[in-house]
Amino acid sequence: MLRFILMRLGKAAIILIAILTLNFFLIHAAPGDPAAVMAGEAGAADAKFIAQLREQFGLDKPLLTQLGIYLKGVLQFDLGFSYRQQMPVADLILDRLPATLLLTMTAFVISLLLGTLAGVLASARVGKWSDTAISTLALLFYATPLYWAALMAVLLFSVYFNWLPGFGYETVGANYTGFRRALDIGQHLILPATTLGLFFMAVYMRMTRASMLEVSQLDFVKTARAKGLKSSIIQRRHIFRNAMLPVVTLAGLQAGQLVGGAVLTETVFAWPGIGRLMFEALAQRDYNLLLGVFFVSAAMVLLFNLITDILYRFVDPRIRVA
Amino acid sequence: MMADFWKRFARNRGAVIGLAILAVVILVALLAPLLFPQSPWRMVQRPFLPPFSMDQYPLGTDALGRDVISGLAYGAQVSLLVGLVSTVAALLIGIPIGALAGYFGGWVDDALMRFTEFFQTVPSFALAIVLVAIFQPSIESIIAAIAIVSWPPVARLVRGEVLSLRSREYVEAAILSGQSNLTIILRQVLPNTISPIIVLASLMVATAILLESSLSFLGLGDPNLMSWGYMIGAARTVIRQAWWLSFFPGVAILLTVLALNLIGEGLNDALNPRLARRGK
Repeated sequence: MLRFILMRLGKAAIILIAILTLNFFLIHAAPGDPAAVMAGEAGAADAKFIAQLREQFGLDKPLLTQLGIYLKGVLQFDLGFSYRQQMPVADLILDRLPATLLLTMTAFVISLLLGTLAGVLASARVGKWSDTAISTLALLFYATPLYWAALMAVLLFSVYFNWLPGFGYETVGANYTGFRRALDIGQHLILPATTLGLFFMAVYMRMTRASMLEVSQLDFVKTARAKGLKSSIIQRRHIFRNAMLPVVTLAGLQAGQLVGGAVLTETVFAWPGIGRLMFEALAQRDYNLLLGVFFVSAAMVLLFNLITDILYRFVDPRIRVA
Repeated sequence: MMADFWKRFARNRGAVIGLAILAVVILVALLAPLLFPQSPWRMVQRPFLPPFSMDQYPLGTDALGRDVISGLAYGAQVSLLVGLVSTVAALLIGIPIGALAGYFGGWVDDALMRFTEFFQTVPSFALAIVLVAIFQPSIESIIAAIAIVSWPPVARLVRGEVLSLRSREYVEAAILSGQSNLTIILRQVLPNTISPIIVLASLMVATAILLESSLSFLGLGDPNLMSWGYMIGAARTVIRQAWWLSFFPGVAILLTVLALNLIGEGLNDALNPRLARRGK
């Protein structure tokens, strides 16, 4: 197990270095002087700052030397400086990271729970109207642009019904503390997390339904029926546990999509996470910050993938032995 | 053959509905310049004209008095164009990589699959954002970025298919008859992988349309082209005053993507003989 984790960590490190190299070449591929690119929108930075960047990144030296300087800086947790926000990029990201983690994790749990639940329900009622309803819903969620779902949710639940807050992370100026504050944040979290998880909720619904139906045709299930086991026990112990395997694999893939989707959700809901930071970086053409967020979100995806891989080995004993 | 294909496709009612919706979208895109001769960027009425209040502008106008329904028609052009071209580009990257990896195996396979894995691990939407932002938003950069983030599934699919075809007797016969590797891949192997590729491609067009609209929503659309994502992005800040500005373009995206997904399922039924047989 330790060997497995170490090998996976090594692989993740290689991928991260590859991403950094990609970032480095992107800065150079962008139209214009790399120093100006790193400083942000043309004209935003003064000559002194650009000269300083040129010095710091050795921009007059050969390309490979520059790459070395760049990589060394990142390994020391130096992602550069955001001239626009007047703060180191790493600090900006760390500041925003908790909000994004809270949002993506909640979206993950909501989509996984509701999605598999609906999938199991549909598979138990194949061909009946409830199956048709769930399957149709899944088809619709699957095709809905998530930023549009977010906007419509704001319109419906926040503007029209006025049930839930549709803006921000907590009530500004309320200065809640303790449990009251957690409740307030929780209320602000419902709409962004649900809309962010919508697409994968649909994926889980369809996957669970198909997987449940497939497993229920297998021989060992027939044996269990022949033994006279209660149908609810067969559903739970035999079918569900086996049907969940492909769903767990998918859960690892979801992580990457969630982090990307967070850019859209956080933009709509003014959620103060790294997705919103990426949008701000876009609006201000702050490339250094943009690439920093990209790097950190890739690192997050790698971490999530590692966690699901380890979980998978616990869920499926066959892999653990192999 | 063709009649058989159509029969199997038409048995899936959803697929036929999808085809009908897509036909309407294509028609609207083609006829846009005839239906709405004026530029969709032109101010035609007062700003924030609500929908269904003037016959000439049935879906109302936006914050700058531009005709919403005309924007929708021109937006269909952009969505379909980007969806189609970026999918073709992704196929042009993914098919050769997958075919080479599956056909030659060994270190070629290893190297190409590590490369593919890298692109699968990187969060694709974030990468697309970075690419379009750095190379400046334009229809070309958007298409390139979408192709770059969406080819890996193609490569993996083709690799798997080629791997299983590689050891077939007819391929070995072709090797013995002295055909070159390139000829064998192009003439013997790839034609037999076409069905699953077509199914995957129809779903990729749907994903590409969603991606393009998301990029445009964030302000990374081609500044010269009216697109559905741009319309929603521009309407985001006025959603409390003018719901229709974000509502209608969203419905357009939803229906188009839904149609393509339904068609993909129908194609799968019609082209995948294994599954089709199971249904009989």
